[in-house]
Amino acid sequence: MTRLDHRFLLCTALAAFLAPEAGGAYAQRLMAVDLDKSTITFVSKQMSVPVEGKFGKFSVQLDFDAAKPSEGRVRVELDLASIDTGSDEANDEVKGKGWFDVKNHPAARFVSSAVKSVGASRYEVAGKLTIKGRTKDVVAPFTVKPVGQGAVFDGAFALKRLDYGIGEGVWSDTDTVADEVQVKFRISATGGTPKK
Amino acid sequence: MNTAPRPSPARYTVTAIALHWLTAALIVASIGLGLYMVGLKLSPLKLRLYSWHKWVGVTIFLLIAARLIWRAAHSPPPPPATSPKWQQGAAAVNHWLLYMLLVCIPISGWLMSSAYGVPVVYLGVIRLPDLVRKNKELADALKTLHETLAFTMLALVAVHAVAALKHHLLDRDDVLHRMLPLVRPRQGRGQ
Repeated sequence: MTRLDHRFLLCTALAAFLAPEAGGAYAQRLMAVDLDKSTITFVSKQMSVPVEGKFGKFSVQLDFDAAKPSEGRVRVELDLASIDTGSDEANDEVKGKGWFDVKNHPAARFVSSAVKSVGASRYEVAGKLTIKGRTKDVVAPFTVKPVGQGAVFDGAFALKRLDYGIGEGVWSDTDTVADEVQVKFRISATGGTPKK
Repeated sequence: MNTAPRPSPARYTVTAIALHWLTAALIVASIGLGLYMVGLKLSPLKLRLYSWHKWVGVTIFLLIAARLIWRAAHSPPPPPATSPKWQQGAAAVNHWLLYMLLVCIPISGWLMSSAYGVPVVYLGVIRLPDLVRKNKELADALKTLHETLAFTMLALVAVHAVAALKHHLLDRDDVLHRMLPLVRPRQGRGQ
């Protein structure tokens, strides 16, 4: 056995010891995101009716190690024009000036500033969310579960659409479309180097 | 105590009359909302009208259910003996087709809404379960079905109303009277 192998074994043992709840396949540094198995969805309420939508295109840069959660980092970039609200009519509408104004603000961005552990396999990420040129602080709880060779990050948070000017003018009436929007993310990642 | 068989009622019960006219008013409202809302550009008003249309539809369904239960326990007055048999039969068929359509149209609308990915939340409070998954092709098919059934019902409602007026104005019998609230039967008729 080479010296490198010894160090590797030691590190693995140490990681397993420091994060006993982690165990399994994700006791490793997760950096390679599998976008095909990742989703970013949202639920808005229209006349008290929950309606689900999703984003077709986004990129995620991730660096997370269950042994050192506080060093975790994530950066998500959303292509707002890839929004699918569930109907063609609404898809056209929300790309317009009063909603996302995708011509002038094609992307939304989340950049983490801190990650902390809040229980067994449960964490919280804080960061800045920028939509339509407006930046707000966001905190999202998430879980990490080992799946296959990697792990799945599952989390959600609520944002207030009017904080970002999403749905202005006649649409700012929150009796019809509620201010609060639930955003849910599911990110699949494996160890190794980030995929491009 | 009267042990003789109950005579056929001359009039509909107050409950049946109330259910009939309430349903009639809501059918007018839902057809009006339906025809108007589909042509609107997406707006808060459009979302509101769609919700109202669905609420009215669910209400009609509940009223029809109540009507059918009531009818099972309270027989309606018989058709006028002066009417030809084919007309009596046609009236009965039309009534049952209307009941059937008023059950099927709200259900088709509910399924269509689910298939479009928009659950129905009655009065903004009670969420109905989604019996079908989101599926655009199914939704479009259900939309065609919903509209076809609605227009069929509209045609049958027209026949129903014209027939009632024919009884009232031409035959001068009690058929319309016995479904009207707060009026007495015509003198010397309908006994």
